[in-house]
Amino acid sequence: MSDIKIKITNLHKAFGRKVVLDGLDLEIKKGESLVVIGGSGTGKSVLIKCIQGILTPEQGSILIDDEEVVGVSEKEKERLHAKMGMLFQGGALFDSLSVWENVAFGLIENQKMDKKNAKMEAIRVLRQVGLAPDVADLYPSELSGGMQKRVGLARAIATRPEIIFFDEPTTGLDPIMSDVINGLINESVKGLGATALTITHDMASARKIADKIAMLYKGKIIWQGTVKELDKTDNEYVRQFINGSSEGPIKVEV
Amino acid sequence: MIQKFLRRLGQPLVKFFSSLGELSIFVMRSVANCFVPPFYGRNLMRQVMDIGFYSLPVVGLTTIFAGMVIAIQSYSGFSRFGAESAVASVVLISVTRELAPVLSALMVAGRIGAAMAAEIGTMRVTEQIDALTTLSTNPYKYLITPRVVAAVVVLPILVLIGDVIGIFGGYVVGVYQLGFNPANYIKSTIENLETLDITTGVVKAAVFGFIIAIMGCYNGFKSKGGAQGVGEATTNAVVSSSILILIFNYIITGMFFSK
Repeated sequence: MSDIKIKITNLHKAFGRKVVLDGLDLEIKKGESLVVIGGSGTGKSVLIKCIQGILTPEQGSILIDDEEVVGVSEKEKERLHAKMGMLFQGGALFDSLSVWENVAFGLIENQKMDKKNAKMEAIRVLRQVGLAPDVADLYPSELSGGMQKRVGLARAIATRPEIIFFDEPTTGLDPIMSDVINGLINESVKGLGATALTITHDMASARKIADKIAMLYKGKIIWQGTVKELDKTDNEYVRQFINGSSEGPIKVEV
Repeated sequence: MIQKFLRRLGQPLVKFFSSLGELSIFVMRSVANCFVPPFYGRNLMRQVMDIGFYSLPVVGLTTIFAGMVIAIQSYSGFSRFGAESAVASVVLISVTRELAPVLSALMVAGRIGAAMAAEIGTMRVTEQIDALTTLSTNPYKYLITPRVVAAVVVLPILVLIGDVIGIFGGYVVGVYQLGFNPANYIKSTIENLETLDITTGVVKAAVFGFIIAIMGCYNGFKSKGGAQGVGEATTNAVVSSSILILIFNYIITGMFFSK
């Protein structure tokens, strides 16, 4: 077994005439935390959905643990999803279920854990992300944005996945809460020894979470390297992005 | 010029057939998933309560007034040629064959079809459906199957209850307003009661239940673009299921009675 967890080669995805991913190549090592940065609408979310099999790319290959995942059957996908966890941008908590039922969802429905143990496990994971046990019986709509993110994180890690996806984990949070969430993400990923793929355009978050950063532009990865290399790079696109300047090679299409 | 005209003609046509294809795939997947485990009993029970139990007041009100109106109308109509005695059987036939199934289904379509589209649509735009997938739970089995099964099973029961209430409405008007003898009214109702009248109503109800659940879920499932998209999905669900109910009512009636 190689130490590459996810290997993406020549990935193409278009919606009608709009090309989103245009021959993307990317490798993520086992236990590595990779952050993909890029402007809004550059196809970061599409990339994650392709890896999860929610979207099917037109062309290219995605290997997870050396197994091809493009075009596999629904049954295979379900098996694959058991390895994965995901923190959604808006939380995507099930609002008809209580907090602990959300966190324990994967445990009850797939790992067939009985309710009592699942609840105990859910409370343990909630505590791990800094939430008190009495939150467990509340409903998602009763929680603040930061707490919802924590619950989303708890749900993503409760099944002890090998791969965790983070979709803009700090969007909509204040800087302090962002830092808290970033810290929790680091703790939980390292705690599980999981491989993490984060997409964000929050550079503070990227710097804190990433072992490695990759920049997505026009459907391709145009640069990748460590955080240290990020500050030294003379790639004009990357420089423009991290400095947040409207002037440079990246033209904002209005 | 001609090309432009053809394009304008072709685009909606292509759109229509592609959404028809989408819908067919959706229907096949939903039906196929009804027979493959895992089954989510809790979700099914919730839907049975929602669609069945909580629709009882609406269905009861609809059918009782329908029965009452039919009694008055048929009395005033038939008295022109001295056939007032037919009121009981006219109420019976029209309530069981048409009014109870069609009116109940239309009311339930407004109540439940809209709720399904809104709930599933909101789950779609807030990524809850993707979240289900990433938790290796098939959204069809978890969301669609319980709703379809519950609607198909529960609507016939609702219609049977509606039959009784509707006939009772006709009885109340007939006896207390039109001055029929209660014993005679009941006797002529029972004498005219035929199994076929009830079975067609029940068959219709099952088909209508399927239509309501499928249109509600389908429109919710493919909704996109936030609150506006969900609103659109809700409208489409109610309008399309109502129209389909009326069309299929004609088709089923034709199958049973056009001889």
